[in-house]
Order: sequence, then C-alpha cells, then structure tokens
Amino acid sequence: MIEQSVLEEVLGVAMRTGGEFAEVFAEDRRNASAVLDDGRVEELTSGRDRGAGIRVVVGDTTGFAHTADLTEVGLIAAAEAAAAAARGGGGGTNVVALDRRSASRGYDIETYPGDVAKARKVELLGRANDAARAVGGAISQVSVSYGDNRRHILVANSDGLFVEDDTVRTFFAVSCVATGDAGMQTGRESVGHTIGFELFDRYDVDQLARNAADRALTKLAARPAPSGQMPVVIGSGGGGVLFHEACGHGLEADLVAKGASVFRGRVGQQVASKGVTVVDDGTMEREWGNIAVDDEGNPAQRNVLIEDGVLTDYMWDHLRARKEGRRSSGNGRRQSYQNLPMVRMTNTYLLAGEEDPESIIASTPKGVYVKHLGGGQVNTATGDFVFGMTEAYLIEDGKITEPLREGNLIGNGPEVLQRIDALGNDFAMGPPGTCGKDGQGVPVGDGVPTLRVSSLTIGGTAA
Amino acid sequence: MSEDLLAIADRVVAMAKPGEQIEAVVVRGTETEIRVFEGDVESLSSAQSQGVGIRIVVDGRQGFAYAGSLDESAIAETLADARDNVSFATFDEFAGLAEPDGVAIPVLDLHGDALVSFATADKIAMAIELERVVMAADPRISGIESAEYADSISEAAIASSTGIRTAGSETSCFLATYAMATEGDETQTGFGFSVGREPSDLTPSAAAIEAAERATRMLGAVQPASGRLTVVLDPWVTAQFLGILGYTLDGESVLKGRSLFADRLGESVGSSLLTLIDDPTDVRSFTATDADGEGLAARRNVLIENGVLQKFVHNAYSARRAGTVSTGNAVRGFKSTPSVGCLSVSLVPGISDPAALIAGIDDGVLVQEVSGLHSGVNPVSGDFSTGAEGLRIRNGELAEPVREFTIASTLQKMLRDVQAVGNDLQFLPMNATGVSLVVADLTVSGS
Repeated sequence: MIEQSVLEEVLGVAMRTGGEFAEVFAEDRRNASAVLDDGRVEELTSGRDRGAGIRVVVGDTTGFAHTADLTEVGLIAAAEAAAAAARGGGGGTNVVALDRRSASRGYDIETYPGDVAKARKVELLGRANDAARAVGGAISQVSVSYGDNRRHILVANSDGLFVEDDTVRTFFAVSCVATGDAGMQTGRESVGHTIGFELFDRYDVDQLARNAADRALTKLAARPAPSGQMPVVIGSGGGGVLFHEACGHGLEADLVAKGASVFRGRVGQQVASKGVTVVDDGTMEREWGNIAVDDEGNPAQRNVLIEDGVLTDYMWDHLRARKEGRRSSGNGRRQSYQNLPMVRMTNTYLLAGEEDPESIIASTPKGVYVKHLGGGQVNTATGDFVFGMTEAYLIEDGKITEPLREGNLIGNGPEVLQRIDALGNDFAMGPPGTCGKDGQGVPVGDGVPTLRVSSLTIGGTAA
Repeated sequence: MSEDLLAIADRVVAMAKPGEQIEAVVVRGTETEIRVFEGDVESLSSAQSQGVGIRIVVDGRQGFAYAGSLDESAIAETLADARDNVSFATFDEFAGLAEPDGVAIPVLDLHGDALVSFATADKIAMAIELERVVMAADPRISGIESAEYADSISEAAIASSTGIRTAGSETSCFLATYAMATEGDETQTGFGFSVGREPSDLTPSAAAIEAAERATRMLGAVQPASGRLTVVLDPWVTAQFLGILGYTLDGESVLKGRSLFADRLGESVGSSLLTLIDDPTDVRSFTATDADGEGLAARRNVLIENGVLQKFVHNAYSARRAGTVSTGNAVRGFKSTPSVGCLSVSLVPGISDPAALIAGIDDGVLVQEVSGLHSGVNPVSGDFSTGAEGLRIRNGELAEPVREFTIASTLQKMLRDVQAVGNDLQFLPMNATGVSLVVADLTVSGS
C-alpha cells in the first residue's frame, strides 16, 4: 500500500519534534452490501475507504491526525500535524528502520467475495425472503441483508515494526415481523465469519430465514416477562454477550488504569465461581472477532482472563502495556484509520463445563431460559450491566414452557460471576456482534455453553 | 465556503447519461477531539475527512456507491460502481430522486465563525478546566473516566439531475465528562456536558458540576424493591425515549408494516399533555439543519398534537409511495442512501419545573440514567424494558439513590400514562431534545 522507504521517512518526520513513539496505520477497505426489504431488492451499495492515521506519543500525550491522501506529501503533512498535536519539544532527527514481518491467520480465504458475481449475492436475498414468507401467513414483513468487506491494513512504527494484513468478512441476516391479534413481534437470525463467500457452504440461507420467522411467530404467543429475581439459564451459543458485559469490558486495561473498573486490583483473586474460565481469543479461526494482527500490528493471542474463577490478567494495547513495561496482549483495535486504537475484545467466551444441558434445566424448578440474548451495556465502574433477551421462555417444574416477550435483564458483574452454579458440556459460539466503545464499533464474537445464574433481575412487567 | 463541494457535485451530475437520474452528496468535515487526564492532554486528534456518495436511478431501479475521498479517480470509480449496481435492484415504480418542492430553504445561522478561529491551546485549556472543576467539586470525587472537548465543522453539498442544488456549512462543539465518586469500596459515575455552535456557548463549570453531582448523589445506592411506580424521566432519559418514539412515526416503517401507529392517524395515541414536534429549524438544537439528506428544505412538523397523532415523517421515496409529499425528513450520511427519520424531535414543554414535578409525587423514582435501550426496547412491538439508576421519591422529596433495576412498560402504554411534561427543555448532543417527563405505572424490577 505504501513503500517502506516512504514509511521510514514519514516516521522520521513524526519523531523529529521529540516523539517517543510514532506509528502509521494505513487502511484500504472495500465494502459491499445488498438489502432486500418489503419484497424488493432496494439497492446494492459499494464503498471504499482508504487512508492513514498517524500517531505520535510524547510522555502521556498522544497526537493523532489522519488523511485520505496516501502520497508521501499527504502522509508527511499528517505526520507533522500529529507531531504538533503531541506538542513535542525536543529536536533533532530520528532514523527509523523497519523490519517487515508477516501476519498469518492459519487458514485461507476460499472465495473472495469481490470475485463473486453480484447476481449471486442478490439471489441469496430472494431465497431467504421466499423461505421466511413460506413459514406462514402471519409473517408480515421480511428484511434480508448481505454484506462483505475486505480490509487491508498496514502498520509501521518507530520500534521498527512493519506488518500488513488482509481480512475478509462476510455477513448475512434475516429479520422478520409477525403480526397477530396482540400486535407485532420480531425475529432475527444472523451469521457472520471472518471468511469469504464460503460462508454459504456452511449455512443454508433458507434455514436461517426459517429460524428468524419461527422466532417472530413464537413470540406472537408470548406473555410478558416476569419482573424480579429468579434463576436464569442461558442457552448454548446464545448468550456470550453476558460475559462480554459482565466482565469483558471491566478487564480492559485502559479502563482499569483509570480506576473505572470494578476489577481493578483484583488479579489473583477469586472473582467468579470455581469452574468458570473466560478467554479472549483473537486467533480463533474464522470467527467474527478473528484477527491475524491487531490494529497496532501485534499478533493476535489467546488470553485467559479468568481461570477456574481466578482473575489472571487484563487485556492490553500498546500504550497501556508500554506504561506497565509489559507486552501488548494483541487487543489494540480501532474502527478505521480515522480512529485511535484502544483496548478491545476479540472473541470472548466461557469454556464448557461437564453437565448435561438438559439436566441443568430439569434441576431448575422455576426460572427463565434465555435461548438468545440481544445486545447489552455495562457501566464498568459500578459493574452494573444489562443485556436483552430476544428469545426466552419460562422454566416451570424443570421444563421449558411458555415463550416470553422481550426485555432486559440486569445484574452486577462481580456478583453474577459468583452466582454461576451450573456449566453445560455443549459450548457453541454465538452470532456475530459489533462492540461499541467510545463511539467506535469493532467486530467481536462470543460463546458460552448452557449455564445457569442462580439469581438475576428480570426486567419484565408481569408480577 | 462549500462552493467547491457543490462544484464537485455538479460535475458528477453532469455525467448523467440519457435516462439516468443522478444525485451526488459531497461532504467534508474538520474535527478536533481533545481528551485530558490528570491535568494533561491524553490525546489530541485533528483531522479533515471527506467523501462522496452517488445514487443513480434508471427505469425504477436504484444503485448506490460511495468513497471516502474526493479524488477524481475515486469519484469516477464510485460513479461506475453505482451504475453497475443499478441493474441488480428490483423494479420499483416509486423509485426516484427528490425533486424541488417549492419550499424555500430556511436561512439559519448554524455556522459559528468564532469556532473556526479558536486556537487549539484554548480548546485544551477548556478541557483541562472541565476536569479541574470536576475534581474540585466534592472530596468524594475519585477521578474521571473521561473529560473531553470536541468540535466539528461539517460542510455538505447535494446536487441532482432532478434540479436539487444546495450546500451548507455547520459548526458544533461540546464538552463532556464522566466523573467517578468513591466511598469505601463503592464507585458511582455521573456525566455532564455542554453543547454549542462555538466555544463561547460552552460552560465547563456547569458541565463539571453536573457530572460531579450525578456521581456523588448515587453513592450508597441500593437495589429498590420491585413494584409499580410513578417515574420521573430526567431530560437526558426523555430524549433517548423520544429518539425511539421517532422511529415509530417514520413513514417508511409505516408503509412497510413496522410501525405500531400505522393505522392511527387522527386518533388519540397518548395523554393530551403530549405535543411532539420535529423541528430541525430550531437553531438551538444540536442537529438543526437547513436542508434534509436529499437537499429539500428542513421544516417544522407537528407529529402528535395534544395526544392526537397528526403526521408521519417522509422522504421523497416514502412520500411518493404513500401518496403524499416529503416532510423534509431524509436522513443520511454520504455512505448510504436516504432513510426516513426525525431530525430534531422535541416535546412542547409544560409549565412545571422539575422540583414541582417531584413535589407532586408521594412514591416514585427519578431516573437519571438508562442502559440497554438498544437491547430492551423493540420499537416494532412496543415492548420497553431498560436498566436504570436514579433516586427514590418519597412524599414529594428526593430520597435514597437506587441502582440495578429495570423500568418496563410498552411504548403505547407509556404515552397514555404521561402525567406531566416539565418546563426544563435541555439541548443535548443528539437528535432529540430533553425535558423532564412524569410517567405513571411503570414496572420497576429490583429485589
């Protein structure tokens, strides 16, 4: 994307006014998407974003500038702006010699979406629409979306690091509205992986559409969710967002360093029930949060955050790690070249236990079974977090009974982690997610086995 | 100032082939963001970005492409992509670009000249002052999660082969901070902000004191008992609720069978105290604008009047399909085709100040923050459930802080259960304006 000699020149300029660290992050990203709604393919969209972000660190201050101009002139102008923003006071020149490394993710993309005819992508939309509507007359509206993107990044910094990577992601989602006597309900199914068009060898779009339609239809008969505390069983693959919110964000070193995490100072302590092991793993092949290198050029890692209930480590980016004199854990990510990186999750999951999932439900006299969670949100300083249930049922006398309408559940991270009293042997990854932090969205994955939390507050309206 | 952008848009439109409708949206933004921590700059980002979005309609089919660049080669590639994409869309007799509707673009002063010349050092000083006042506000303030100054100068031009041609420039700036208060093992948070078009509109001390007060007053918070209570939504919370309500009044949702108010025009849908307007021409609003995303004049629309549903909002496409005219509510960035949405939604304020509203409640809760709106509110079904924190209200006075609970109802029921609208309009960095709102009979789920 950019010549090595140009990068070395630009980094030299960035360091000239006393910078202690400088970095060029360049990105060339192509997006394609197609939407079918209300029976019509509304449009195909193609997009391209290309540019570079340059940061310069002086002491505790980071200067940052970005440009869409990848010529030497454009990059030098951005480097000067970033250096000025960092208010470096020193002088002299700084020679940077880059050492090119290769990024590897251990598998190949089989079919680049850019090589697939647009007509084939559009055909998938129509098939899913037909399949969803065929489920029943109560399906009153269907929206189907397809998306792919190819993101080529380059990272070069004043430590000599120089690495490029090429990432392909493909996504497909179906949303249905069902209309009944008591109003409308919605159902959604989405799949996304860090792979190419071979996504559709792994999934049958007709089946995805039927799943979305069934979810909406099921909820037509749903009763209001209960209000108050009771045991909650989370289904395999449906609820990784619980850990993303309950502890994931609180284990991001930037928040910890500012005292904005309830997990500050708790490394080595028992923060979760025994048997609970939580991992953040950017190397997980083909998953939505997979990365070969992070957006600071560091290789993705498998990081154990909580092991058998004991907090083992936080997640780190370059700046936080540098400050603590340790290595980054490969969690420095950013939405695009227009943003500064920060500590972010990749694929966050809870390892399986040994229990039979059916026996977990059978041993719950009264509670809620959440088959699919929606999004969530956490206040890392207090640990309070919420997450939505998009498909949930009552558990009565150890059996799954009536479907429930949507609502949020609320809990406190450190308390909920200690209340996990059953772990199934049926681990599965969940649907693709987008994690938001400080206005930046990045793709993340999550996964859980069937598990039970002995008590959570369910935010419904029924007594 | 944005004439060069309009010239680019004109050039794209001039490339229309016979039978093609072409629309070009060209934008440029200059942004500064300064974060401070412990009296020093933590990060300073300063950048200019630009982009172009090209929409083409041929014989009832629409294609679109964008690029984050204004290079001639990028524009040529984008135009070719948009053209290529046209053939894959389904024929739609209503497809087409907006056409001039004779409504004059209002003359609004949205450009704060003083922002353009405001020195970076002064921006830094303002952010440092924000943090300093937070830290000094109360001995229990233990730190800040963030303290920032941000501003932007946004320019946009839209031109089309159907005769749309408009350009404008808007400035905005804000200060925002998250404060932390600590007592023993317990930490609570609170935020404060100040928004404006130029730096003289900003008040760091007010934002700082609000953040400190919101954090400290939550110390000692307990989980409340479950029950049905009257709830006062503070302006920040009301604004988020109005943003969701706006979705249900979007003409495209109505046409596509996704609005719970689809067949209710002219009917009472809420308390007679409710008058909801969408008015992007109110320059006090952060999202005020003179033109919508298709270049039609922005205008004031009354959506609900004294509880009666009056109007849905439309862009050119949804209006054509619904057999009506655009209300000037096309919403978009350069990376997408126009959707429909409210631009700046607000309730007409009532007469009571927040203290008077609280004084009228024997047993209730003031909600100062909600979480999980995206996961617990379904604007299609109307099911509403969010995480919340705030203060109990007992015998007309604020009492103990409460946290880790949810409030739940349905959008339909909440509109009917509105008991009072406050007089405390608050302009926020979002497309909805805040005001205190009293809603009866919400389900509080706690212990």
